[in-house]
Amino acid sequence: MFSILRSILTVFMTMFRKRITVQYPEERSTLAPRWRGRIILSRDPDGRERCVACHLCAVACPVDCISLQATEDQMGRRYPEFFRINFSRCIFCGYCEEACPTCAIQLTPDFEMGEYLRTNLVYEKEDLLISGPGKYPGYNYYREAGLEIGGKAKGEGSQDEPPVDVKSLLP
Amino acid sequence: MVTIFIDNKPHQVKPDQNLLQACLSLGFDLPYFCWHPALHAVGACRQCAVKQYKDDKDAKGRIIMSCMTPVSEGLRISVDDPEARAFRKGIVEQLMLNHPHDCPVCDEGGECHLQDMTVMTGHNYRRSRFRKRTHQNQDLGPFLNHEMNRCIQCYRCVRFYRGVAGGRDLNVFGAHDHVYFGRHADGPLESEFSGNLIEICPTGVFTDKTLKEHYTRKWDLQTAPSICVHCGVGCNTIAGERYGSLRRIMNRYNRDINGYFLCDRGRFGYEFVNSHKRIRTPLVKSPSPPAGEGRGEGGKPADRETVLTHIADILSKAKGVIAIGSPRASLESNFALRTLAGENSFFSGIGNEEQSLVSLIIDIQKNSPASSPSLREIQAADAVLILGEDLPNTAPLMALAVRQASRNKQFEIAAAMKLPLWDDNAVRNAGQSAKSPVYIISPAETRLDDVAAKTAHVPIQDIVRLASAISQKLDPNIPPLSSGERTEVRGQDVDALAKEIATVLMNAKHPLIVSGTGCQSTGVVQTAANIARALQLKGKAVQLAFAVHECNTLGAALLGGRTLDEAFTVMQDGLADTVIILENDLYRRADEASVEQFLGRAKNIIVLDHIMHRTADQADVVLPAATFAESSGTLINYETRPQRYNEVFVPRGDIQAGWKWINAIMMATQHPAPGGFATLDDIIRKMSRELPLFAELADLVPPAGFRIAGQKVPRQSHRYSGRTSMIADRTVHEPKPAYDADSPLAFSMEGSEQQPPAPLISRYWSPGWNSVQALNRFQQEVGGDLRKESTGTRLIKMIGGQSEYFRIDLSEDPAESPQYFIFGSEELSNLSPALGKRRPMDDQQDPRMTM
Ligand code: SF4
Ligand code: SF4
Ligand code: SF4
Ligand code: SF4
Ligand code: FES
Repeated sequence: MFSILRSILTVFMTMFRKRITVQYPEERSTLAPRWRGRIILSRDPDGRERCVACHLCAVACPVDCISLQATEDQMGRRYPEFFRINFSRCIFCGYCEEACPTCAIQLTPDFEMGEYLRTNLVYEKEDLLISGPGKYPGYNYYREAGLEIGGKAKGEGSQDEPPVDVKSLLP
Repeated sequence: MVTIFIDNKPHQVKPDQNLLQACLSLGFDLPYFCWHPALHAVGACRQCAVKQYKDDKDAKGRIIMSCMTPVSEGLRISVDDPEARAFRKGIVEQLMLNHPHDCPVCDEGGECHLQDMTVMTGHNYRRSRFRKRTHQNQDLGPFLNHEMNRCIQCYRCVRFYRGVAGGRDLNVFGAHDHVYFGRHADGPLESEFSGNLIEICPTGVFTDKTLKEHYTRKWDLQTAPSICVHCGVGCNTIAGERYGSLRRIMNRYNRDINGYFLCDRGRFGYEFVNSHKRIRTPLVKSPSPPAGEGRGEGGKPADRETVLTHIADILSKAKGVIAIGSPRASLESNFALRTLAGENSFFSGIGNEEQSLVSLIIDIQKNSPASSPSLREIQAADAVLILGEDLPNTAPLMALAVRQASRNKQFEIAAAMKLPLWDDNAVRNAGQSAKSPVYIISPAETRLDDVAAKTAHVPIQDIVRLASAISQKLDPNIPPLSSGERTEVRGQDVDALAKEIATVLMNAKHPLIVSGTGCQSTGVVQTAANIARALQLKGKAVQLAFAVHECNTLGAALLGGRTLDEAFTVMQDGLADTVIILENDLYRRADEASVEQFLGRAKNIIVLDHIMHRTADQADVVLPAATFAESSGTLINYETRPQRYNEVFVPRGDIQAGWKWINAIMMATQHPAPGGFATLDDIIRKMSRELPLFAELADLVPPAGFRIAGQKVPRQSHRYSGRTSMIADRTVHEPKPAYDADSPLAFSMEGSEQQPPAPLISRYWSPGWNSVQALNRFQQEVGGDLRKESTGTRLIKMIGGQSEYFRIDLSEDPAESPQYFIFGSEELSNLSPALGKRRPMDDQQDPRMTM
């Protein structure tokens, strides 16, 4: 008996609380930068595609909605030949962002993706790629990797010694 | 069996192995780098540390390298000991000091032994703030990438390349932490086994350059157990596909055949599957031009129904049909064709000389008491005589096996000194340059000559002379050559050499004679058989191996087709006006003029094949047949061992297996043969009923209905990605995975995760083991049999003991032998761009051997 009364009272009291419903879309609340919405591919500080086509986001995705194909330019720099996210399957879990070693793939605070056709929810690389570094401004993966790519010779990486002279016996 | 105690629990293990091997076989996750079941132990990497205790009272113990410790009764160790763990973690941390930050762009990533071991030891964070050593890379040719930064100095590559494969152009250079693994200068790696470095190297230093062209991670490949189609050895492979194209070939362990290795033709020849020369739709030239007149340019694409009706029409009006099979088509396709056309109209499609030679070889295998050895048995031989066969070019893995056989002397010496045979350096040191005797008598130098005790490079007739002399030394009752005996050939004293070889063979425990179809000489094959028989009569357990050059040469021959010459005659006599050619380019089988004439006379030519070639160009109807990657079937290797290859992916459009096309034709023509060939099992059942030789074929592989706990065996890994997105550019509706009615494998990631029977293993993976070395977990004991092992048996079991010696007639033998090239002599692999770059200059080749 008491608990019934208490419940009724609780519901009644709610009527006097401050309203938090916003009149979307006229009114919008601010979303935190780490909100998990529409996925983008970012560029490194030099303006080049960050994604190195490592396939980690694709394998991390629990609904398998990311597919891509790796390829390389003449300079030895790996990038995705195509990169596709089927947003009609995506559950915005953010695992891909977590898996990405290059900060390329990021979830953004945008959820307004309503479409009448499911096919319109299939985003290709052109639709995903933005022109800036997104949430992580400084990082440039290829500067850290030991790989030689155009514009960066062996040993010029940020963590590298100059290449060894194999013929030298000096310690 | 001895008992050892690991973390105070007793375990029974085999005595003749090292502790690492024992621990891995028992299922312990013990990290290691430099040890490999095929390379044995050298104790270079210090990764496999465990703690050893004197007795159960000893609480302190000491750290030892498990790979350098023999197991012994009562041995007490701890894998789990905190100090041992810390030691192992420290080793990985040290290796990681200089290891680049490359995994995302490293082709080894996801199947990297170093990654696995790093995770296994728990080294998660880099503490070092120092810079990393770097190295310049080399251009190692079309097969391998080289990224020396990633090297962890385990020395496996040079130990394999020099010690196992006998290569000379890869070595270690430099000093201290600068050591460098590569060639003295840029250039393609010369050894035909260089591709194995991909699997041997535990890191991403050597990776597959052909895979890089269409890079796919291991977990994204749809894979199926397959068989190499590029020579008669029949190595087991795992073929992987993604987005409808074949991406790479990896080794599939088969204890009896290829073990851990493949040759470069087998590993990199796969790209013909993706070739622009592929036939992808049925092509019809209509109306068929009248016989004898030039045939117009290529046919027009037609749909399946039209083309089948057209063929039914052709066949119903035909005056007679000639069906030509192929030594590179599956047994099933050949059999289906044989059923379609009838036994008397089936021609095996092997060149004439070769066919008579192959029939002879089959006869010998049926009647000779000398057994036909598997590669494992070849490897166990302690004296080898090679007659006329250029093994490194015609049967590469057989050459590798002979090379290993030459080391048996070293093992013998080491065993006499009571050294453990897994201690690689000790064995090599004890044996020094001692070698088991290998004699090579061949028309030209071979890349195996360096292990030979003696070689004789003489023309074919002299090979026969020498071999005949050897056989007579063994048994004077052997009839001498009908003519042309000589006492000296090319400066070699026949008598002395024959005597030496005969004595060596007589003194050996497991003598082995190797020959093959390479010389296209009956005499060579017959003398080889004579020698084997003579040895057998002396009570030797002799083995006799014949190399054949195509993946199903013996299969096509065992079906008993008639010869090509007969086909030509039938056409000439006007007894037939229609030919059906299965996966065969006749221009490679007979001289140009006769083929031209033959095809010119034919009113209708129907060709089933996967690639366009000169024969297909002339066809009125071309049907797109599936390659090994898009269909399932059986191939019979040089020792008559049938092996199943499985469809890796569903081909697009109308492409289907040769036998499925033939079945469709039989349906369209209302062929009287009872029962259709709807599935592979149907056809095999029918084959084993009709031809007693193939009676056991049905037991070779579990039938299509086989299930593990009610489930099929998945072709895709449980991490397979992109399922809901890979075709989303075309449709957002995900179709049901195709159903495979021919095998227990599924085109899906769903299915049983249990280890399937050996012929159904489509990938090696086990928790914590993502690299190829997960294979350890599939074996009963590391380096031994697989769990649920079944390598199949030879179709021809030793029957005889009754055979007579051959009487050899020298005049039948060709004066010159064709030259073979591992890269270039085989039709299909030739279409692979990477292989093409290693092809010798065209003017060195027999025109029949090129495209
Ligand atoms: S994880 Fe990052 S770098 Fe790797 S494929 Fe995905 S987006 Fe590209
Ligand atoms: S070798 Fe292994 S650990 Fe090293 S970069 Fe490649 S994948 Fe990573
Ligand atoms: S290249 Fe590979 S196999 Fe050779 S030493 Fe380095 S890590 Fe070991
Ligand atoms: S030896 Fe023959 S069967 Fe084996 S991989 Fe090489 S080509 Fe293929
Ligand atoms: S595996 Fe034992 S030291 Fe390398």
